[in-house]
This record gives sequence, structure tokens and C-alpha cells, in this order.
Amino acid sequence: MTAPIEARGLVKRYGEITAVDHVDLTVTAGDVYGYLGPNGAGKTTSLRMLLGLIRPDEGSAKLFGRDPLLKGARALDGVAGFVEAPRFYPYLSGRKNLELVAALDGGGAAGRIGEALDTVDLADRAKHKVGGYSHGMRQRLGIAGALLRAPRLLLLDEPTTGLDPAGMRDMRALIRRLADQGITVLLSSHVMAEVEELCDRVAIIGSGRVLYEGALDELIASTAGRYELRTTDDVYAAEIASRYGEIAEIPGGLSFRGDERAAAELSVALGLARVGITALVPRTATLEELFFSMTEGPSMNGHAKVVVQ
Amino acid sequence: MSAVAVPLPARRPGVGAVYRWELRKLLAQKRTYIGLGSAVAVPLIFVIALVADSSGDGPDGLPFASYVRDTGFAVPLVCLAFGAFWFLPLITALVAGDIVATEDHNGTLKTILTRSVERWQVFAGKVLAALTYTAVILVTYVGIALVAGGLIWGFDPLTTLSGTTVTPGRALLLTGAGTLAYLLPMSAIAGIGILLSTITRNSAAAVVGTLMVSIFVQIIGSISALDAFDPYLLSTQFNAWQGILREPTDWAPIVRSAWVCALYALPAAFWALTVFVRRDVTGG
Repeated sequence: MTAPIEARGLVKRYGEITAVDHVDLTVTAGDVYGYLGPNGAGKTTSLRMLLGLIRPDEGSAKLFGRDPLLKGARALDGVAGFVEAPRFYPYLSGRKNLELVAALDGGGAAGRIGEALDTVDLADRAKHKVGGYSHGMRQRLGIAGALLRAPRLLLLDEPTTGLDPAGMRDMRALIRRLADQGITVLLSSHVMAEVEELCDRVAIIGSGRVLYEGALDELIASTAGRYELRTTDDVYAAEIASRYGEIAEIPGGLSFRGDERAAAELSVALGLARVGITALVPRTATLEELFFSMTEGPSMNGHAKVVVQ
Repeated sequence: MSAVAVPLPARRPGVGAVYRWELRKLLAQKRTYIGLGSAVAVPLIFVIALVADSSGDGPDGLPFASYVRDTGFAVPLVCLAFGAFWFLPLITALVAGDIVATEDHNGTLKTILTRSVERWQVFAGKVLAALTYTAVILVTYVGIALVAGGLIWGFDPLTTLSGTTVTPGRALLLTGAGTLAYLLPMSAIAGIGILLSTITRNSAAAVVGTLMVSIFVQIIGSISALDAFDPYLLSTQFNAWQGILREPTDWAPIVRSAWVCALYALPAAFWALTVFVRRDVTGG
């Protein structure tokens, strides 16, 4: 089965700045795929290349096996979404804006306007001009516009940016609902909680390069085997612990790395040495910790060095 | 909402869909009505000024000016002559210079370029809409001048530039044909406006730039040392319609106007299309 998104070696340069640097992405059908990176990391540029809005300097992007540069608008059949904030004509009503984009979609798009407005809870404001819409309403209208295409793949660029907490909650619920209906979603975001809540696979991008791509669960599980250790004598405890695993200082205590057996042996050894254990807590890294360690830490062989304290 | 196993659209939208929506967008914008309002107001002001002028003279140095109080048919022809200086190029530029740049600036270009129409279709729809607006403006301008002039001075026979007199019916036909000929340089101005709109991505720069180009060629045309260029200047083509108001019809300026205007409009449109189709859409 052809992957909804397959990007290979995407590069985009603006003068001396490389905004996107040999990015590979594979989004498979049914994924809710988080595209995670700090501002300026190259997320939006990548999305624009996927949608054929800008031309890559190198590499290729295919949507359901079709390259937008070669197939033009046909490459976007079954694909919808928006990059940065969705934009509409402020002097037209929400419904008229949707009628416009539906006319440019053809097929049965015009017949889906009412349903799309209901889905995003904008039916009662559809007759009002978009110029008077709040940011959140425009975001939701953007989703409605995307739904007119009855997409199998939805690309959303930071859809909750600028929304209030209730708006963010509603938007996430909407994305979840759409994903549950079988739509493959690529969600560009820098909000960790959002990605953890919604996504099953992620790519983390920093300075234009993919630092990690894979299952979110696997990424977090890869940091297992770490324990936070607090004792009555951290100096002596560190000396003992070094015989059973890796030890490092962290604020307020120590970080011990080893398997469960090593942790058990360490606790016995500390007891025999009359070092009191106040805490020996297994820890996995949060996505946020991993994100910062990748995007702010040094990169090794194209992958960030994951440091979990 | 069902979202899986969606078949491809059987019938894809094309230039017609874009064109219809460009017209609807134009109808929803104030600047469209500013242009239309001007096309209505200027001939009315001209007629009112003539009525108020007790000297009995017409404007100096313009074709048909000496007949302007003899028949309403002369009024739109005088209006066509003075409209060429900057008024008609300006209101043409108002839309042509804006039609791509505003979309780019407001970010709506990415909205329409991620639907099911090809870029060239979007561009063609925009060009057709700009030309339609140009035609509507011109027809409104001439029509208002004709009606206002006719109501004041009657629809009497018209004296052509050759000195012959034609019946009101033929005068109406010649006025219509002259208006069509006038559309040629107007379309060329629109083409330049669309080019500037596409390459500058700045509405104000494109509108002002289009008007500047128009005024620049008029200045070139007024320099006697450069008379050799006159037949190829856009400003000269704004006088080509006068060939129709001769008996027999002088086709030479009309034919020249057609190819000279094409020399301006087609490369401009092709250049704009090339830029539009290949450009990176980064706005918004």
C-alpha cells in the first residue's frame, strides 16, 4: 500500500540558510504523526514542500505516491490541510469562503459544506464575515475547509497555536475524532502535551534536520533503565553505585542507569554500607525532556544524543 | 463525516470555476465599486461641467470636442480621448495590479493553490476576471457618457472625423466599435498590471507601477525627438479607435494597435504566468 506521505532527502535553502536539510519522512496510513520541532526548525517549510507550495532544492515528496511537482493539483487528491494559520477572504462570510474552496475542489465538496460547518461547530456563525471571526474560529474554519475535500490525509500546521485552553481542548478533540474516522493526520506542533496526547508516531526536527523518527512509545521506552537515587550520603553512594551501573549527578541527587537486577543489588549494597536510601525511583524521560535534549543537545550521526537525567 | 476510500473527483474544476469566483470576489470588494463609481462619476461631471459652462466651447485639442454640444454621441468619444491620459489606466490598474499581489500578501494564495485546480488555471481565471473588469469599466464609462450626453444634447447625427455625417444608428454602432478598439490598449495595461502584481507581490507597488508605465510611455510620446517610436507606444494605441470614426474606416491604426498591444500584453502575461506557476508560495 502506498504511504500517504513519503519524503526523501528534502532540502530547501534560502541563500546561505538551509531551512530543511535532507529530511526523510514516512507517514503510513492511519498514523497520527507528530511533526515536532521548535520555531524555525523547518516544520512549516517541510509542509509547504509536501503540499507543493514551494519547490525543494533537492529530494522529493510524494503524497499517496504522487509528487506535487510532477502531478500538480492531482497530487493533492485526498489530501487537505493548512500551513501556518488558515487564510480566508475577510470580506466574505464563512459559508461563502467554503463555497469558494468547494468550487475549486469540485466533486461533491459543495455538498459537504453544511456537514463540515457542523463538525467544527461554526454553523451558527457561517453567515458572518470572516473578518469578524476570532483566531480560533478561523482555525476551525480552516479545518472545515480541509474536510470539504473528504481527505484521507490531513496536514495541520500548529492548529492550536493562539487558541485559548478551551479552544485547544476542542481542537484536539476534533483531531482525535477525525483520526478515529480513519484519516491519517500529520500534526506539526511544538506543544509536547498535544503530541503526546494525539500522536502515535513522531518526527523530531531541529535546525532543519530530522533528529528522530519513529513510534512515540519506543522513543520514550528507549529511556527506561534509569533511576533517580537520593541517599543520606550521595558521595559515598555514587562510589558504590558505579560498581553496578552508570551514575551521574543531577540536581538534588543522583541518576543511576542499570537494569532491575542492578538496582536491586545497589539497594542491598547501600544498606550494607549503612547509606540510607530516601528514594530509588525508576524514571523514563518525558517527551519534553527528550525534545529538549535532542533539539538543544549535540547531534550524533544525524540523531541527537538523548540524555535523561 | 466519512473520510476513507474517497474516489478522485470525476469532473475537476477548471478555469471557469476560478473565473466565476474571481468575479464574485471582485463584486464583494469595495475597490471594485470605487472603480465603477469613478467610471460613472467622471463622464457625469464632464457633462455637468459642459452644461455649466456658458461659453459654448468644448474641451480644447480633443477629437469631437467641437461637436460635443451638437449630439450626445460626441460626449463618449471625447471622454474616451481624455480618459486615456491617466484615468482609465488607473482604474484598470486598480484591479489588475491587485489581483495576484493581494492574495499573496494575505496568504489566501496558499488556500486556493492547495485545492483541485492547477496553478495555470488559477492564473488564467484571474486574468480573465481582470479583463472582464476592464471591459465593464470601459463600457460603463462610455455608456454613462452616451446616456448623459444624449439626454442633454439629444441623439442627433454625428459628424465623423472625415467630416461626413452619419445617422444616429450608425453613430451608435461606431461608438461601440470604437469602444472595442479602445479595449486593446486597456487590455495591454491590464497585462502589465498583472505582471507587476505577480512579480512585486505588492498591491500598491503594482498599481502605482502600472500607472507609472502608462504615464512614462505618454511622456516618451510627447518628446518630438523620439517620434520614430510613436507608432509602437501604448499611448498611441489609445488613439487607434479614431480610425473607426472615419469614413471610410481607417483600419491601419486598428490593426497596428492589435499587434502592438499584443506585443505588450502577451509577453507580460507569459512572464507573469511563468513566475506564478513556478513561484514559492511563502506568504501568510
